[in-house]
Amino acid sequence: MGYTPEMLDLIKKVEASRPERLERSKKGIDFEPLTLAGREEVLSKFHPDYKDDGRRDVKIGPSKGESYPDEFVDVLESKARLLVSGAELDKLTDYETDVLVIGGGGAGTAAALMAQENGCKVIVATKLRHGDANTVMAEGGIQGATQEVDSPYYHYLDVIGGGHFTNTPELVAALTNDAPLVIEWLERLGLMFDKDPDGRLRVRHGGGTSRKRMHSSGDMTGSAIMRVLRDESRNRSGDINVLEFSSAVEILKDSQGRAAGALFYNMETEEYFVIKAKATIMATGGYGRLHIQGFATTNHYGATADGLVMGYRAGVPMAFMHSTQYHPTGVAFPEQNIGLLITEKVRGLGANLLNTDAEQFVFEREPRDVESACIIRECMERGNGIITATGRVGVWLDSPMIEILEGPGAVKRELPAKHIQFMRYGIDISKVPMLVYPTLHYQNGGLTITDDSATNVSGLFAAGETTGGVHGENRLMGNSLLDITVFGRRAGTNAAAYVKNFDGEVGNVNMDHVDAYHKELAEAGVDTDRVAPLVLPNYTREEVMEKQLTTNYQGGLRA
Amino acid sequence: MSEAKKEIRVATGDRAILPEGTKLVPIYIMGKQYQVPETMTIQKAVEYAGYQFIRSCGCRGGICGACPTIYRVAGDYHLHFCLACQTVVQEDMYLTQMPFFPANRAAYEIEEVDASAETIMKLYPEVMKCVACNTCTKSCPMDIEVMEYVNAAMRGDIAKAARLSFDCIQCGLCSSRCPAQIQHFHLAQLCRRVHAKYQVPQAEHLKPRVAAINDGKFVDVLKELVGDSEDTLRELYVAREMEPQDSKGWQPEEKQFL
Repeated sequence: MGYTPEMLDLIKKVEASRPERLERSKKGIDFEPLTLAGREEVLSKFHPDYKDDGRRDVKIGPSKGESYPDEFVDVLESKARLLVSGAELDKLTDYETDVLVIGGGGAGTAAALMAQENGCKVIVATKLRHGDANTVMAEGGIQGATQEVDSPYYHYLDVIGGGHFTNTPELVAALTNDAPLVIEWLERLGLMFDKDPDGRLRVRHGGGTSRKRMHSSGDMTGSAIMRVLRDESRNRSGDINVLEFSSAVEILKDSQGRAAGALFYNMETEEYFVIKAKATIMATGGYGRLHIQGFATTNHYGATADGLVMGYRAGVPMAFMHSTQYHPTGVAFPEQNIGLLITEKVRGLGANLLNTDAEQFVFEREPRDVESACIIRECMERGNGIITATGRVGVWLDSPMIEILEGPGAVKRELPAKHIQFMRYGIDISKVPMLVYPTLHYQNGGLTITDDSATNVSGLFAAGETTGGVHGENRLMGNSLLDITVFGRRAGTNAAAYVKNFDGEVGNVNMDHVDAYHKELAEAGVDTDRVAPLVLPNYTREEVMEKQLTTNYQGGLRA
Repeated sequence: MSEAKKEIRVATGDRAILPEGTKLVPIYIMGKQYQVPETMTIQKAVEYAGYQFIRSCGCRGGICGACPTIYRVAGDYHLHFCLACQTVVQEDMYLTQMPFFPANRAAYEIEEVDASAETIMKLYPEVMKCVACNTCTKSCPMDIEVMEYVNAAMRGDIAKAARLSFDCIQCGLCSSRCPAQIQHFHLAQLCRRVHAKYQVPQAEHLKPRVAAINDGKFVDVLKELVGDSEDTLRELYVAREMEPQDSKGWQPEEKQFL
């Protein structure tokens, strides 16, 4: 275990060039950042989003004619798992509530807390466990202009510049305005932020920030946030009912065309059931497990775009779904950890990125898409990557520099989870560098929302990675945990306000919009057996599938 | 892999990529033997064998606590505890996974408790039954000093309990093994929250900022940015003053937007 002898030889070069690099770092001499024009050039040539193959126009629905990755168009141009009559849905109705939250990650749980605080009965239904979400995997931090030398104004500029000036402006304003409020809310709920002894929040830079505003909780910021939000929702279990292992498969509507709950599938008992609700909040996360263009992913097992499919069928247009974020530093060795995220904090703490000759080739704090494109260029065009025994390619991330810049023990202190994770494979990242390559990390786009987290469908709200616009074509580190908390809270508050004005009880529900979607598919000449939402990814080997002679796959799921 | 399959396979997604000549080893999934590549994690090996996870699979990255796994290796009486997504298979391992373990969580009002031994005793009185066997620590896949933090909590050293339990992913292995029936991970969560809320000094510098936002101080400034053209935004973006890495005492020249 650990690095192969060939790799250890290459690491000697890294060690040899380290003193000189440290010297430069201490003097504050960084590798020259790219100009805006330089960024655009490397993106256009090397970023996967800019390649023409592997994408096509979607033929139906509210964003018809837009071009998205094939893997995503496949799930949009799919049939429903189930299409039944209103009478049948009535029989399937097991629950009625004020607010239904679909998805039990950070956005959904934040929404549930705020809806409850505003007087609603809430059901959170999630297809795996409560907290099974990309939220727990976010390591580096959460942005917020909490310091005196900073303000939402500079945060706004950083966000919109990082997003190449494409972001939906109103959403950026909401994000940056609410950020300090969210930090304060989390502190009040008992989140263990990294602080100075006097209580001042510690802040760092992240890629693309002009001020230090990255707040963290060790290197498990997302996990720490999820643990606290989940714990708090459990304290309110009288009003917030959490249904685990309940997979939403379709939005339901009432006779006025308003969202009125959802249809669910229990993967274990194979039953369907209905939850009727006055307001429905979609918080199902992203699509990393579609493995766009074959990339490995940092995403959670459940990231299969379910909410996008359901929302799209219900009539919500997509925003920015042409854009996917590849995190610059995914694990490229050992094979067991392929694709897993190495937080940007490692570069924030001073670790250099190096090619096979142990030379710097990129400024370490470029926006993520630019950083990724530069790594892909270094490996693919210039051939300066390090090749592993399993045919993977990567570049060095020189973590031992942190021990020297920040003092002995800094790696273990600042990156405890990552340190353990590599030690399991005999690699001590305080002594040797990590091998990294870009990995599919984040869905920049999603369902179109307003700054109230509302969609164009009455009664349907959405928050978090399943929505698009706030990050434009590129998200900065630390703005996803912020996104889910800001817009999760707004979704919960605004759904509660909607419920207050709701007249009477939820009436009969129907799937007419799904029926219409099927007709639209047929009219567009899309003849397919595909079923979506996928619910789970399918990782069954071909050799096994060839022998599953009586098995039926619906979406990614065996049935 | 059979000799007949020689075509080049491209690495996509999470499906395994097997280097030429990969050795297969027998593992026993809930007692049944499967041959799997020796370099795989347990999680990927179970999928390789043909299972599709509904339970026992989450982040696939060692942080969500969905895949605690218990195993023995043939010929050795020792029990081992791990995360399936983080542990490489061993020849002749007999494994089972623990997708869920019952543990009662005590409800509390975060605004009304304090960081004291009394709070702990009231909510989790079974803590006092700890027999100091250290089985919890030995079964922790995150290498947490579980018994140490339980003892700290018992003594009312909530800060230490919070610090020691920080890496907890709430997989439940500790509680599944405890002869005193302690529900460690819920207790630890309580400690972390009350520690952060009541023992650590609060961020005083944040309060004026929050008040300013609640007074709508940045509404107009942000509204103007929302209305700005791309060209204007580009200019403003390029002109930003960058806070240096070592920023002690640093002040920006432009102060009107602070």
